[in-house]
Parts: sequence; structure tokens; C-alpha cells
Amino acid sequence: MKEKPWKPWLLLSPSLTAVFLLLIVPVCFVVVYSFWLRAPSGMDIPAFQFGNYAKFFADSFYPVILLNTIRVALETVFICLIMGYIPAYFFYRTESRLKPFLMILVMLPFWISFIIRTLSWINILGDSGLINHLLLKYGMITTPLPMLYNEGAVIMGLIQYLLPFMILNIYVSLDGIDKSLTEAAQSLGCTEWQAFREVTLPLSLPGVSAGCLLVFVLTCGTYLPPMILGGPNNEMIANLIFKRVIGTLDWPFGSAISVILLLLLVIIVYTYNRYMGINQIFKSLSKG
Amino acid sequence: MGKQLKKRLDDVYQNYLEGNITRRDFVKFAGIAGAALGLAGGPFGLMGNAFASKSITCHSWGGTTSEALRKFAFDPFTKATGIEVIDAAFTGMDAFLTQVKASYPPGGEFNIAHLSAVYDYARYTDLGFGVVLDESKIPNLKNVMTKMTDTLRGITNGTLSTVPYDLGQTGIAYNTNHISKEKAEKLGASLLYDKSLKGKLGSWGGDFRTNMWYAALHTGQSPNNITDVDAVWDALTEQRSMMKKYWASGSELMSLLANGEISATVAWSGRVAALQDQGHPIGYLAPDGTYSWMEYMYVLKGTDLEVAQQLLNFMLEPEASIAVAQGQKYPPALDPTKVEMPEDVKKLPAFDPTGKLNGYLFADPAYWNKHQLEWAEKWDRIMAGA
Repeated sequence: MKEKPWKPWLLLSPSLTAVFLLLIVPVCFVVVYSFWLRAPSGMDIPAFQFGNYAKFFADSFYPVILLNTIRVALETVFICLIMGYIPAYFFYRTESRLKPFLMILVMLPFWISFIIRTLSWINILGDSGLINHLLLKYGMITTPLPMLYNEGAVIMGLIQYLLPFMILNIYVSLDGIDKSLTEAAQSLGCTEWQAFREVTLPLSLPGVSAGCLLVFVLTCGTYLPPMILGGPNNEMIANLIFKRVIGTLDWPFGSAISVILLLLLVIIVYTYNRYMGINQIFKSLSKG
Repeated sequence: MGKQLKKRLDDVYQNYLEGNITRRDFVKFAGIAGAALGLAGGPFGLMGNAFASKSITCHSWGGTTSEALRKFAFDPFTKATGIEVIDAAFTGMDAFLTQVKASYPPGGEFNIAHLSAVYDYARYTDLGFGVVLDESKIPNLKNVMTKMTDTLRGITNGTLSTVPYDLGQTGIAYNTNHISKEKAEKLGASLLYDKSLKGKLGSWGGDFRTNMWYAALHTGQSPNNITDVDAVWDALTEQRSMMKKYWASGSELMSLLANGEISATVAWSGRVAALQDQGHPIGYLAPDGTYSWMEYMYVLKGTDLEVAQQLLNFMLEPEASIAVAQGQKYPPALDPTKVEMPEDVKKLPAFDPTGKLNGYLFADPAYWNKHQLEWAEKWDRIMAGA
């Protein structure tokens, strides 16, 4: 039977239309806005000029916040990787009947609003929160520990949001590894640790890198944890965009910052795709 | 639906004729309107008509404020007239202005907003979102403090796009377990710069005006005429090093104070009164030059004025207005020399028994709006530690 070349496109057309209308078109608007000017009254003046981009790089203020964002994102990725690999590996190895239940537990946070989950840390880490309350009650400290409104609290908030993404990506990668490979390695004289290091770990790297990429990209674009759990020193680039767009109604400059962030992330994703292949992420997400 | 659409088209066409929108935008809207009419007609339209009812949307501050409005003004209004009031909340005036600005045609998706401060009355009006109310349809307006209506009239050439509804202050809240009343009153605005409170201070991160206002008072300047702005920035930079949290919302402010996370902060008088009512050890300080503001019900362009005026008049009925004031803890805009106020309202912060508001310092809209972009950006930099 002759293949109909238009058939896949027909099947894809609803998704492509949605992506075009809900992603491509808005991004185009943002790009166009980034060249406009803002009148003192808050009105936007159509123009084509690079003043908003020049303003971003005019002094160190904005680039420093961008670099801080990248630093926090890398720290979050690192911690999520360590914290995520262990449960993912456990899911891969376990034969327990509780495995499906444990997997649901990983997904459970998604059932609760992100804002509520973030706000709840205030009751845990605050001066009169659970931890300080218990430590004070049992005389282990005399003044509350400053655990809230600092970078540690922001990263904590980011981890609770992003850890499931990391676990699922790594697990999907691990799940695709034939367990007989490690058994073969061990039968040839490897210790369990050597088999993990030489066989399992390298084969799980695509999932690790997919998880790292997702966590990194999502961290760069999030603004709630720094806003709710951060202090004066924890400004991130998404908060800056929020303030420019909402606070000062400076949509053109807010758009320019968004485009700069977008370009940075595109470069990172492009680099990832070139060396690792972006299909690993789709594979992980579809499994999740 | 058809009538509304036709009215919208007429408005857009008028704007096009006046040169306010381009031909391309006009054609775009006409196209969208045609498509909408196509969808809304036939079976879709019949279904829509079945569910349609006369309604008006009112955006307010959420929490206790929206609750009081709903309970004491909107629900009784619906009961009396059959007109539904859709009660919505915004996260802040800036965010709401962004939404209004993003709607098309501008302002058309929104009806009434419970806005705060005269500079925002000027901002919304300058952006073309205002209307001219027919005051003869709002007879209860005569009970409102004259100084409030006159201030707003001054911005809109003698007309009104709003009715004043309540007033309040941004004063200083302090934890009485850690700061004595004597110390607070002695330091005044400088309490917010007291080095002994390092790590226990808070402030509203979302508003450069509030922070500059108190920095101006701290440095001995008039907030509406800052002559040494560098001294203000220096004071705010110094204060930042002592700051625990720049809060972003009224509920966050209340949570920080109630949980003892911070010992002193600028604070909205109604929120402090609510905390005091709940029994928290929070004191309220209104030093000389305290930042006062009025709140008003701004009617946005595109709203059905007949319905809006009917609702506003109902809201200004003394029973409704006083009940809302008791619920949200802000004194009403009604003149106490014309309308008898209950004792609990007389005790609210910012209440003025004379109804003249003499000695109340409001932000000068022209002065603050002129510097808005420059100072807001500078404030962001200071907050971020630049």
C-alpha cells in the first residue's frame, strides 16, 4: 500500500496548531516587544531599537543576577542529582510489591499546588516553625536558627518542586538497562560497586543528563521559591522579569530580559541536543 | 451578546476614527469580533443566552477585604436588584494594571476595581481607562468626605471615574514583646532604621514609594518634596543590611508579624488592626508624616455605567459602607459629621472624626508618577543589593 505523506502531518496538526498559537506566537510577541519603547505613562511605543538590550548589559546589575540564577540552578541540579539518583536506583533494583505505590509517592507532590507546597516551608523552617520549635523546646538551641529567607531555603523550595523530574528521568533510563549486563559483569569478577560504576552508571547517563537539563531549565525560569522563601540577597532573573513587567509596566525591557534568558536556555538545550540527543527527555516524560 | 459586541465594535470604531488605534488593529478586532459572533450565534448563542444574566465584576484585595465587600455589599445588592456581582481578587495594583492593559480593547474585560492611592487614579486615567460617572445617579456621594472627592476631581477636570470608599495609612507595626511603646514613639520613622533590630526588620518590597516615604522621614525630608534623594537611597541601602524579608502581600505581612519572624515593618493600618483583634502582640505607630491613602471604586472604560452607578450608590449606603469598614478594618470614606459612626469604627487607625482630613499626608500623584520608572528601578537595585 502506498504511504500517504500527509497523514502524519494530519495527525500532528492539533498539537502543532496548539504549539504554534500558544508558544510560537506569544514568543514572537515577546521578541517584538523587546524592541519597543516605554512611555513614562506606561504606554508602549512601537519602535525598532536595541536600547533595552543595551540597558541590560550597561552595568553589572542585570548580568550579575543572571549569573546568580545560573549558579543557583547549577547548585539545585547537583543536589537533585544526588538526591534523585538514589531513589531512582532503588526503584530499578527493587522487586518489592510496593514499587508502584512508592512510584506514586514520587508523583504525589504534583497533586498539591506548587504555591501551597512552597508556603508550607515557612511553617517548617521559620523562627517559630516546626524545627526551631522542637529544638527550642528540648533546649538544644537558645535562639531560633535562621533557616528561612536565605539561599538555602530557596534551594530547598526548588528541590521539593524539581526532585520528581530528576527521579523519573533517571529511573526511565535505568529501567531500560538489561539487568543481565550487571550480572555478567559480576560473573566476570566485578564487585557490585565496580559493576555499578562500569556498567549501570554509564548506561544511565542519558537519563541523568536529561534530568539535569530539565531541572536546570525549570530553575532558571521559576520565581515563586525566591519570592516566598528568599531574602534580600536571593533575587533571580525571573523575579526581575516579573518586577519589570508587573511592577513598572515596562513590558519592552521585561521582554528583552526574557529574550536574553530564552536565548541562553536555547544555547544550552542546543548544546545538549548536539551531544546527548533531546529524545531522551521525551522518552522520560512519556514514561512518567 | 450581540448588543455587547456591537457596542464594543462601536467603541473600537470610534477609537479608530479618533486615531487612538491603527487601521490594522481595527481590522484585527473586527475579524475577531466576526469570528466570535459566528461562534456565539446559532446553538452556541442559544446556550449562552440560557446562562446569561446581568452582572458586573469587581476586583478587590482578597482576604478580609473581599470577604467584607461580598458579605455586606455585593450579596445584599444582588438580593435587592437581581444583578450578580462577580467578586474577583487581584494580587496588587500593578499586577491588575498589567491585566487591564493586556485586555483588548483596553479595560473592556474589567468593570470596577478597588484601587488605592491617588497616584494610581492618575495612572489609570492617563492610560485612558477612566469614565465619567453621572453623579446624579449616585446620590449617596453627598455623604463622602469632600476632601476626598475634590482631590480626585482635581485629576479628572472636575469629573469622577470613581467613588472614594475608605481610607487607611501605611504606618509602622512593631512587636510589643520586643519593642516598647515608649521606644517606638521616641524613634518614630527611625524605628525602621534601629540597628538593634538587625535581622528582624521587614518592609514592603513591591512599592518603592512606601520605602522612600519612610526613608525621607528618617532623613528629615518631606516625602512629597525630597530634596536630597541620595540621602534616601543611602538610608535604604543601610536599611537593607538589617532587613530579614521584603514582603510581597498583605497576608505575608500578617504571617511575618504573627509568627514573630520580624519585629518591625511598615504596615497597612487595617492589617495591623486585624492582627490586634486576633490578640497578637502588635503595636501600631503613626509618626508625623505617616503615609495616608484613600481607596476608591474605580469604574473602568467599557463598563455598563447604569449598573455600576447603581452598585456604587448601594455600596455608599451608610449601613453597607459601615459594615464593610468594620469587616475590613479601614474607616469608610463617609463624613463622620454627616453620618453617625459606631464606636468600633471610631477606634480604627486613620479614622478622622472631623471629616476634613487635615494633617493627613497623601502622596502627591504628579510628583511620584513623574519619577515612577526611574525610582522603581533604583529601588529594585537597592533591594537586590546592587
